[in-house]
Amino acid sequence: MATIRVQREDFEAGAEAERLTRGRAGVGAVVSFVGYCRDEGGRLAALELEHYPGMAEAEMTRVAEEAERRWPLLGLTAIHRYGRILPGERIVLVAVAAAHRGEAFAAAEMLMDYLKTRAPFWKRAVRADGVAEGWVEARRDDDRAAARWESDGG
Amino acid sequence: MKAVYFAWVRERIGRAEEELNPPPSVMTVADLVRWLSERGGVYAYAFEKPAAIRAALDRVHAPPEAKIAGAKEVAFFPPMTGG
Repeated sequence: MATIRVQREDFEAGAEAERLTRGRAGVGAVVSFVGYCRDEGGRLAALELEHYPGMAEAEMTRVAEEAERRWPLLGLTAIHRYGRILPGERIVLVAVAAAHRGEAFAAAEMLMDYLKTRAPFWKRAVRADGVAEGWVEARRDDDRAAARWESDGG
Repeated sequence: MKAVYFAWVRERIGRAEEELNPPPSVMTVADLVRWLSERGGVYAYAFEKPAAIRAALDRVHAPPEAKIAGAKEVAFFPPMTGG
């Protein structure tokens, strides 16, 4: 049921969220999250996103299945871009449709927490001064956010 | 088995993929990391902190103790930073 896409090109966030309601009169709530590339106070010129083709889609599908197992979802779309992304551009979308807002909020949050720590994507920062660039380091906060879902079972 | 490398692991090793033929004594992901490190040079550099490396077997995340027998593709990469 989930729609999973890994692509270089941009996506239309509003249209993707809206699509989840089409032909599904039982939908009472759609929660969508869009992650953007920020400029880090002007220091960042771009992000280069590397991914593991094949595993990226597979892992996003496993994460989506985990969300569908925990909550009675009526629709789920997850899109992650790769390649060069400029400040202000979209990187990732998760959109979840459900009968009620509670499960839609929770599922969207779990999806993002798991995508950040499990989906095989790596960001490299290209700096505006052109001097240094480097791989973005994983954040401990992201691990902690993902770990919350291990213990409470949703 | 085919090995694929990503992000700074790929950059340190200097290639994106290669064929590996580990001896039968190399049974787990952790054994494989040790075996590759013992090659020295760029491999020792890439795997200098084994705790900083993540692995996947046939495109599924695999912990250090996972058995590599039967796997066609092993991947090594840093912790993920997508999203």
